[in-house]
Amino acid sequence: MPEPLFYFFSLLTLIFGVGVVINRNPVASALCLVASFIGLAAIYVSLNAYFLGTIQVLVYAGAVMVLFLFIIMLMDIRAEERRKFNLVAVGGGMVLVIGFLAMFSSVVSGFKGGEQRLSQLPLDTTKSDVVEIGKTLFTDYTFHLQIVGVLLLVATVGVVVLSRREDRPSAPHEAP
Amino acid sequence: MDWFFTLSTAVKVVLSIVTLLTIVALASYAERRVSAIIQDRVGPNRVGVPLTLFGAKKDWAFFGLLQPLADGLKFILKEDFVPAHVKKFYFWLAPALTMIPALLTFAVIPFGSTMVVGEHTVPMVIANLNVGPLFILAISSLSVYGIVLAGWSSNSKYPFLGGVRSSSQMISYEISLGLSLVPVLMVFGELNLSKIVDYQNHNGWLLLPAWGEGLSVERWVLMIPMLISFLIFTISVFAETNRMPFDLPECETELVAGYHTEYSSMKFALFFMGEYAAMVVGSGIIVTLYLGGWSLPFGLLQNDEGSIWKSLAHVGCFLTKVVAWIIFFMWVRWTLPRFRYDQLMRLGWVWLFEIALANVFLTAVIIMIFRK
Repeated sequence: MPEPLFYFFSLLTLIFGVGVVINRNPVASALCLVASFIGLAAIYVSLNAYFLGTIQVLVYAGAVMVLFLFIIMLMDIRAEERRKFNLVAVGGGMVLVIGFLAMFSSVVSGFKGGEQRLSQLPLDTTKSDVVEIGKTLFTDYTFHLQIVGVLLLVATVGVVVLSRREDRPSAPHEAP
Repeated sequence: MDWFFTLSTAVKVVLSIVTLLTIVALASYAERRVSAIIQDRVGPNRVGVPLTLFGAKKDWAFFGLLQPLADGLKFILKEDFVPAHVKKFYFWLAPALTMIPALLTFAVIPFGSTMVVGEHTVPMVIANLNVGPLFILAISSLSVYGIVLAGWSSNSKYPFLGGVRSSSQMISYEISLGLSLVPVLMVFGELNLSKIVDYQNHNGWLLLPAWGEGLSVERWVLMIPMLISFLIFTISVFAETNRMPFDLPECETELVAGYHTEYSSMKFALFFMGEYAAMVVGSGIIVTLYLGGWSLPFGLLQNDEGSIWKSLAHVGCFLTKVVAWIIFFMWVRWTLPRFRYDQLMRLGWVWLFEIALANVFLTAVIIMIFRK
């Protein structure tokens, strides 16, 4: 992969990721998240993982975030925009970030193997990544796949139960 | 990456965008002519070359074929009015977001057989991806942002209702769109659109298995689930492109003009063109998956040697099929009444979704019986 492209898309992902946090307008945050997902998908694609990249756009940018935006649009955005920065929360967040960065850098610097450059791995372009992912999912991880399926089914049933309207004892139009 | 690849890809990109936009322009003209024919009117038949301005006796009318040019000029020259109450940034972003996904999806649709120029082979597709149909679904699912943002940023009632409607409509129909594709991909066992079309070229179209390996009992039995999948896919494409009978987001009788009520001049034209471009690409996908893409029926005109003329003939064949589908889209628009919103939702969630799901199992069972 051309290196400039990697830095470009990483930068894009990170800038929009920061945008998600610092925007006061929820719609702007949601859109930044979409752009960040698309940058991430571009990085997947540049690693020849076309399937993962496409699914990233299809599921997160195309479905999940549309639903988010749908809900956000129904909120009162002005009330959200008027809110001031909560200094305690910002400070707490900074402490968390610094702690995480410290831990991260200590772990990474302790990993000696990371210092040498990886040799170029030969890429087997005859194999389709879709086929390989499918095979792995349906042979090694069949059980996990089933569990996820059951989980989603339970969630769906739960949503239907929660959003079902109560049956009224007497419908008004049935009155004579 | 050699220079020839870069050059040929650039040529293909430019040519396909030009062709796509030309078809879009002509479609806006054809829409009015088709509707005129259906309603027993004449339609726009005057705009041509104004030879009388240069002293000739008569104008060249060309059946009014230059109408789109006049429309384009009008859109550019009109005042671009931005209401004071809109959210400017999103208001400007929205038209572009409706147009771009439609243009992007065209990148993976193969529009002709492979050409051999000198010692180079040029595949007649811009990006030969191994995940073609998924790419199309992914990018076209982004087009909802344009409509939603247009509705929201306009900051007024009717556009907002249009935006809310369209987002729920497009999410609902995306499900049946994706699920109806699964049986097709199971039959082909392939996610590369070029290979899918090539297979159909040699072994019969999915909906016309009349030559090559297509003359097997399996393929003819598979016609049942394929027809179901074809119907669901076509209906969902109608809903995804916001065409009649599902054009609830811009339903004039209830919502003035829906999500683009507050838009004027070229920004409105971009929404308009985006809808038509989505329709062209939708027709292209239907043709590619179900009706053999660029191939001629009954295995006529095979192009294994990569002759340039045969390849161009195949491009012509693809365009003919696409145009036929666009005219079908128009025919439906001007002959069917609009659905009510609850009917639309019920059709999507209660009927199409379940039938598409059952269709996957039906196809799996048929394939299992025949390929055991």
